[in-house]
Amino acid sequence: MSGMGLLTVFVLSVFVGFEVVSKVSTTLHTPLMSGANAIHGVILVGSILVTGAATSAAEITLGLVSTVLATVNMVGGFVVTDRMLEMFKGKKR
Amino acid sequence: MSKQTWVDLAYLVAAICFILALKGLSSPKSARNGNLIGAAGAAIAVVTVLVSADLHHLPLILGAIAVGAAVAVPTSRRVPMTAMPQLVALFNGVGGGAAAIVAFLELKWTGGGFALVASLFTVIVGSVSFSGSVVTFLKLQEVMTTRPVVLPGHPLLFGAAGAGAVGLAIAAFAQGGASTSATYCAIGVAVLSLAVGVLFVLPVGGADVPIVISLLNAFTGLTVAASGYVLNNVLLLVAGTLVGASGTILTRLMAKAMGRPITSTLFGALRGGSTAGAVTTADRPVRSASPDDVAILLAYANKVIVVPGYGLAVAQAQHTVRELADLLAARDVELLYGIHPVAGRMPGHMNVLLAEANVPYEQLKEMDEVNPQFATTDVVLVIGANDVVNPAARHPGTPISGMPILDVDQAQNVIFLKRSMRPGFAGIDNELLYQANTTLLFGDAKDSLTKVVAALKNL
Repeated sequence: MSGMGLLTVFVLSVFVGFEVVSKVSTTLHTPLMSGANAIHGVILVGSILVTGAATSAAEITLGLVSTVLATVNMVGGFVVTDRMLEMFKGKKR
Repeated sequence: MSKQTWVDLAYLVAAICFILALKGLSSPKSARNGNLIGAAGAAIAVVTVLVSADLHHLPLILGAIAVGAAVAVPTSRRVPMTAMPQLVALFNGVGGGAAAIVAFLELKWTGGGFALVASLFTVIVGSVSFSGSVVTFLKLQEVMTTRPVVLPGHPLLFGAAGAGAVGLAIAAFAQGGASTSATYCAIGVAVLSLAVGVLFVLPVGGADVPIVISLLNAFTGLTVAASGYVLNNVLLLVAGTLVGASGTILTRLMAKAMGRPITSTLFGALRGGSTAGAVTTADRPVRSASPDDVAILLAYANKVIVVPGYGLAVAQAQHTVRELADLLAARDVELLYGIHPVAGRMPGHMNVLLAEANVPYEQLKEMDEVNPQFATTDVVLVIGANDVVNPAARHPGTPISGMPILDVDQAQNVIFLKRSMRPGFAGIDNELLYQANTTLLFGDAKDSLTKVVAALKNL
């Protein structure tokens, strides 16, 4: 994609990001933060791409370290968020 | 359709999942599904890149993912709910670290220009996010002091490390990114940025740490967006930007709940003046009572408000509170919970814990709703909370000045369940403890409550 195209996507995403969380009750601040935290674990995709293109042993090692870290971020983030939200279910409202 | 089109479509689906996830997480009804949709989006993204990209070392990569998952799943399942905030901080930190490493490896791909700037930006911000999150983790885990830490010449060190990191980044940029010397410069950038992260978080006081976690979360989001730009990957760009933008809003919402601008949260201690406040806990007289006295007071009250805090969470006393509430309900005592926006160690932390104990949602009242009711309340039961009811927040010159508090002091009687006279997380003495209508019940919150419950049953 062209630089201009990426910039367009970036700016529109900023607005979407602002919009989706602008009305959230304090009750959900912690799960929301945790969920957003899990989403940026998608850096795993970047990590896989650079590791797959690594050439030297040092690069491969670094790439694998970042793959482990990114996986912890993503998988741990979603599991922990689900555990938090589990507590909200089963409430008869 | 070409392979690339399929890949782009899969990424588009993943991006939509992320938007729906954030949207879902904003409302209690849809929150859990929202999170699952987000996880599905992430899974789609990872599978897509694994099957579509031309990857070397695939077995090693799969092994690394397996290791990461094997570490993450048991940890996040087993950790007690009380330790949730530091776990989120840690997960955010490792994400920032991963982004910094990815950016470091990207340097040679960029071929200079704006992509190289974006890479170097990610090395800096990712490293700050990593080391900053580790310090917040240590603070929340109480491995280190929760008080603000200001080193001698702190602002100078902070400025020097920051300027050094930016200077070396400029040097790396001038050399085009791919050369060996540029690599060394980038290593220097990373090391100095790690120092910046530590120096950034050290002066932040315990009560403000959640705001910093949220801010670092937004930082990590931005680094992921920058990586997306460098790798020409729209999904990373969208996901990172979403987190960066929503994280910024969330940080502002939290700072607002603390009643202070974000700058004074972050840099207040550096400016001096606000770190003090540690009034010596002199041998001032306090009134303490037995569990039986407390039970009698509660049994004959018309209206009781429970103010839970972190101490309740530590003692795992939420179920005992529920039991107490049931007994009082049987005696027609009106009972509410007054939840301060930052009760616990993270906004919303207390709601999560009480929901775990099946406390009815309708009894949980937010601060604005509950504050006018204290004047007509007979007994307020403060369980393991301190800073959020400290009237010192109404006067200038303390670390919590300006933070909205629960007006507990307006109630007829205040009962404090406390382990000791130790001050709260913010490290300041609480005037309320010495007030004439305040009674203290010393001991572990769960033990004390169990005794009160037993006494109530015998009444």
